[in-house]
Amino acid sequence: MLVALTQLLFCQLAGEVIARAFDLAVPGPVIGMGLLLAILLYRSNVPEQLDSTATGILSHLSLLFVPAGVGVVAHLGVLGNEWQAILGSLVGSTIATVLVTGWILQKMHRRHRDAT
Amino acid sequence: MQPDFEQVWVYLAASPLTALTVTLMAYLAGDWIYQKSGRMPVLNPVLIAVSLITVGLTLADIDYWTYFEGAQFVHFLLGPATVSLAVPVAKLLKTMRGGFGSLLTALACGSATAAGSAVLIADLMNASTQTVLSLAPKSVTTPIAMGISERIGGLPSLTAVCVIMTGVIGAMIGPYVLNAARITSWDARGFAMGMAAHGIGTARAIQINKDAGAFASLAVGLNGLATATLIPIFWWIWQSW
Repeated sequence: MLVALTQLLFCQLAGEVIARAFDLAVPGPVIGMGLLLAILLYRSNVPEQLDSTATGILSHLSLLFVPAGVGVVAHLGVLGNEWQAILGSLVGSTIATVLVTGWILQKMHRRHRDAT
Repeated sequence: MQPDFEQVWVYLAASPLTALTVTLMAYLAGDWIYQKSGRMPVLNPVLIAVSLITVGLTLADIDYWTYFEGAQFVHFLLGPATVSLAVPVAKLLKTMRGGFGSLLTALACGSATAAGSAVLIADLMNASTQTVLSLAPKSVTTPIAMGISERIGGLPSLTAVCVIMTGVIGAMIGPYVLNAARITSWDARGFAMGMAAHGIGTARAIQINKDAGAFASLAVGLNGLATATLIPIFWWIWQSW
């Protein structure tokens, strides 16, 4: 677990360094994810230790958003008197995005499967 | 000897240990309620935990930054967790045979819908230009969204709040929308949750089904890249029209 955790932190650190060195808009952890993905795709398999550590962290991913969520409630003031428009936009757009994405993928995958 | 409760209280209110313990306890309570309800998506554990902590902080008169001193240890793990998403994505890509065209089509249409419909609805509801621009990148992870918002003239702090709200809204209502539209395959459900509700939607998908989680992780990464590239281009075209 310690080795896997070090590998994850190292990828994140490398990502942060790249993001800052080239002044990229993409955040360090996302670049780190790209790096790890490239390494894993190059290898023939995912190391077992890394697999179990990543699965362990990701099974509690929801928890990690709690501090930011509390911050949002503390800063709800930024919504100001436009909160109805913002809430309407967020709810409407979320429903539309889920529908469009899910529907397209299901239709196309079914066609793909039927064709094969 | 009389115990000095005031002294104890001063320690507890300021110690990172309290904030950390409270965060974990609130989350466990939220998860317990969610499990007891038979996993009803509207009873989202993040939302319950956030509500409990907010009420607690208000009652105890502790400000957010004091709380965050302790909670930042949990928040910090978001970085390594983001890197971890490469693992399910790698396993998925290794087993996938074709079907990449449909993924890219769903990505392009989903990404455009997420930004376009948010802008359109906010504009129809008479939001200010700055608010409309702040809403455009709300479906991608917070740091990317804040960067885009700043670049196109939005308010990054407003964007950050909208991103988290979008994640919670998506995790709460997404599964009902998918059920109503009879979208049953795990790959489509996962990809849709990742597209619409980034990490928070992905967190739910991972706990429900392995395939859905992998497709959601893939959607988060792809949507982050697509949105970071496309919104500034659209913005530039629209401005120079």
